[in-house]
Formats: sequence, structure tokens, C-alpha cells
Amino acid sequence: MRIDVEKLHGTLQAFREGIALALSNWKVRIGLGIIAFFVFLALVGPYLTPYKPLQFTGAINAPPSPQHPLGTNSFGYDIFSQLVYGLRASLEVGLLGGALATLIGVVVGFVSGYKGGIVDEGLMMLTNILLVIPTLALLIIIAAYLPYRGVLIESLIIGLTAWPWTARAVRAQTMSLRNREFVHLAILTALPSTRIIFEEIAPNMASYIFMVFILQFGGAILYAVGLDFIGLGPTKGISLGLMLQQAVLWNAIQLGLWWWAIPPGLVITLLITALYIVNTGLDEVFNPRLRRR
Amino acid sequence: MSVLVRAVDLTKEFRVGMIGGFRIIAVDEVNFEVREGEIFSIVGESGSGKTTIARMMLRLLRPTRGAILYRGKDVWKLKRREIKWFYREVQGIFQDPYATFNPVHKVDRVLNLVFQVFYPHTSERERRERIEEALKSVGLNPREVLGKYPHQLSGGQLQRIAIARALLIKPKLLVADEPVSMLDASTRIDVLNILAELRDREGVSTVLIGHDLSLAYYISDRVLVLYRGSIVEMGSVEDVFEKPLHPYTEMLLESIPRVDKKWEKRMEFKAEAEEREVYALSGCRFAPRCPYASSKCAERPPLTRVDKEHYVACWLYAKR
Repeated sequence: MRIDVEKLHGTLQAFREGIALALSNWKVRIGLGIIAFFVFLALVGPYLTPYKPLQFTGAINAPPSPQHPLGTNSFGYDIFSQLVYGLRASLEVGLLGGALATLIGVVVGFVSGYKGGIVDEGLMMLTNILLVIPTLALLIIIAAYLPYRGVLIESLIIGLTAWPWTARAVRAQTMSLRNREFVHLAILTALPSTRIIFEEIAPNMASYIFMVFILQFGGAILYAVGLDFIGLGPTKGISLGLMLQQAVLWNAIQLGLWWWAIPPGLVITLLITALYIVNTGLDEVFNPRLRRR
Repeated sequence: MSVLVRAVDLTKEFRVGMIGGFRIIAVDEVNFEVREGEIFSIVGESGSGKTTIARMMLRLLRPTRGAILYRGKDVWKLKRREIKWFYREVQGIFQDPYATFNPVHKVDRVLNLVFQVFYPHTSERERRERIEEALKSVGLNPREVLGKYPHQLSGGQLQRIAIARALLIKPKLLVADEPVSMLDASTRIDVLNILAELRDREGVSTVLIGHDLSLAYYISDRVLVLYRGSIVEMGSVEDVFEKPLHPYTEMLLESIPRVDKKWEKRMEFKAEAEEREVYALSGCRFAPRCPYASSKCAERPPLTRVDKEHYVACWLYAKR
């Protein structure tokens, strides 16, 4: 067991070094700062407001005031409460859907790229089919068939449809790594394929997979917003997409209720932009050709 | 001496391009055998198929046709448990020592894995002793290399660790694919001497793959000369180097630069033809460059035995 402890220590060390390297980039710092702010808001926000997101507060179409920091909408709901609860739901979808999509994509990519042959053919056929099916149409059909939809179902639907491009990218990288000599040496050591994939190939792609996850995270949030906006979001509760949908349905802009329509859109935009900035920064850090130092 | 490995009609084709591409026959119906306790060299220029043969011998690449038989068993028909046995007996060393080690792991890993996989019942203390012993036997100071990452070591050190790893497994056959081509001239001889010592002391057979004829001459017992995937000439070192028969072998030997001699051109050789055309040839692949080429060469010359151990594939020597 001593070796395992040592190995764990080594992994931890490498992990710490990786994080220190990533944080040396200002884009990563700014992006992570913005994301951390929203995560904090989603975690703490619900305790800062006395109202539930779908609770009649007595004031209708009220502009921002100390009582209602972001005003209320035509139903008398407090926008700030909706925003922090909605942010929570959106981040959950992003985290669950993004993680699921990354996981499936990475596993399919590894197996397909490493095994090759008929396994590769089969998995790639599945991937390509999913890739050419218009995902939004598929999502609409699936979502429309489910009478009850929660955040979990929504993340599941997104995760199960968003993985194909990740699988293709990971497969390509795996294929190039599998012909490297250290993989050949592992084969000569009679290591089983799973150990070769996870101990020899995967560590070389750790930074790449992390970046894929960040992209999938943002992608899942955007997909969820899209689904919510066309009315296929969660049947209960609130999300940023649902806020946007309601604001548009009830003519918030035309009625001059900017505090209803703008905050959810702004939060989504900032969040996605921050994720994109982090990704660009990480690319600069981990891709030696883009490294500035 | 008994036969360890036999290549039977070994053929490997690669397809270039998906649709409308052409096939490259990297290795074309090659037959040879490696015996116990000998160093067998396979020499040829780049593109002759020597690395492809090495990979097929190490079970890293599946032949298109034909087979590699290890102790009479087709290596691609081994069962799961036999594969472990196969790799305990057959090991490899690769050309690029920097690529042989995973950049994310310490070099200790490849040494520890040997015990984990092949000798799991060795005690911790014995493992360490044997690792240190193996490292010392290839001329390394264990304290200087253990616990380091590959990028902290030199190519020569890494290649020695790769050899030490092979020593720990105690194989019967070592397939060394250009093990010294990326090392300094001064380190080369050391590494080759380790291989020779292994043969003399432990009776380990080595298949040495390379393009350097002088190194092959220095160390081998038998030599196989490869040109574009076919055997050109095969025999003992004395036969091939001192009495070369095939025009290609002659050309190769002539092109070795000598320190003590001014270079003078004796034979006239034409430049290489385009790859596509050479692989499409149905006759002797060397014919387009051969000064002795005749109309006969439109047909593939058979590998003919000219002496006890000396084979050549050329119409000049074929009995018809």
C-alpha cells in the first residue's frame, strides 16, 4: 500500500502544480473570479431574500427598491429571488449535464481510439448518428414526451445528447497517443487495456479533459436556457431560461420593465463569457505553442 | 541451436488514403528464424520495413498475412494467460528513449511494474535490491536516476533504464529497434556491449534492428539485409560482409564512410524511383537502381541458398 500513498501524493503534487500554473494566467483568474462570484450568489443568495421565487409579494411591476433590489414582475414575484434561485438551477444543469456529457464523451473516445477496429467502427457510427441528428429537435421531442420535467431530467437529456463531439476529439487524441512508444512499452508489460488507458493515456490528457468539461458546462447551461425559453424547461420551479421566457411572453420590454428582462440575460451572458475566458486562458497555459513565457 | 522465433511468409500491407489510395507492402513474404543465444541483425534503409517487422515480432502490429511463431506458437493466437508468458520471454527496446517513458510518470514506474505484473510475490526489499542491481549492470547509479521524471534524464540514461527494465524481466529474446540511433557515438558501444554480454552470459537472443552496417558487423552473429520489404541477402556476418553477393548489399557496404580512406565511386547507382512505382513492381524491387539489371529482373527473384548459411535473392545467383 505504500506505493499507492506515494502515488497519490505524486498526483496531488502534480495537481497542485497544474493549478498554480493555471492561476498564473490573468484570463483564468478573471474568468474564475466571475464564476466564483455567481456560484457564491447561487449558494448564499436564497438566504439573503425573504421571498420564495414563486411567491406573491404584494407589489406588482415595482421598480428596484430597497425592499425588492431588482423589483417585481407582473405576477408580483421578487426578481432577485427568482434570479438567485434560477442561477442555482442553471448551475446545477450545467454541472450535471456538463459532467455527464464529458464522462460519456471521454469514455467513448478512449475506448474507441484505443481499441480501434470493429469497436471503433460501432462507437463512431453511434457518435456520428447523434452528431447529424439535429439535437435541438431531438431534445424538443424527448422533452415534450415527459409530463413531469425537473432539473435532473433536463440535465440528463442534455448530457446524453451533448457528448458526441467530445468523443470524437478525445478519440483523435487517444489514437495519436496510443502509437507512442510509452504505450507500446505498457503493452509489453502485459498491462490490461483499462490500465493503459487510465494510467498511461489519460494523465497526458488531463488538462484537455478539464477544458472539455468547462466547455460542456457552458454548453449545458446554454442548452438549458434554450429549452426553457421555448417552454420545455422544468415544469416546476424557476431557472434563468424560464425567467427570460416569462419576461418575453409578458412583454416586459414593451412595458418598460427592464429589471425583469435584463438581469437573467445579463447573468447568462456573463457566466458563459467567463467560462469562455477561462477556457482561452487554460489553452494558453496548457498548450505550449500558445504559452507566452 | 534451437529456433526461438520463426517468421513465416510474414506480410504487412498499409493502405494509403481512404478511397482510391494505394497499398504499400511494407513487409513482403519474409521468412527467417532467430535462434537461441544469437544476435540477429536486420539492416535496411528507412522504409525497408525493419521497424514493421520489429513491431510484428513484439505483437504490437498484426501481420496482414503470414505469422510470427514464438516457440512454434503463433503470437496472435495466444490466449490471455499466454500473452503474459510471451511478454515475460520476449521484450523490446525502442528507438526513441524520450518517447519510451511517459512524461507524467517517474521513471521508477516502468521498473516497479515489472514486479507488479510478472513477479508479484517478490518482497519489497528484494525488489529494490534487484532494481539497483539491474541499474548498476547497465552502468547507472541508482541514486542518480530513481525518483526522477524522464525530462530530468539524458537520452543515454533513459535508454539504459529501458534496458535495465528488460533485464529485470529476464527475457529469452530481446527485440531492439534501433536502440542506439539516438544516442551519442560514445554511448553507443556501451549499450551494444551490454547486449553482447547478455548473449554471452545469459544466452539471451537479440534481434537488433538498425541501419548502421558497421554496428551490425561489430556485434551480430547473423545478418538479414532488407530492401523495400523483401529479403535481399541473409547469412552469417562473415558471409554477408566479407563476401557480399547482392548488388544492393555491395552498394550498402560501399557507402560506409571510412575514416582512413578517401571516398571514391566505383559502382554507378541510380536514384530511388518514386515510392508508388517501386511498390507496384512485380519483379525485383531493386532492379530500377541496379547496374546489373536485365530482362529477367521483371520477375521476382527467389531467395536462393548459395552457401551453407548464405541466402541471396538475385537472378545473378539463382539456379534456373
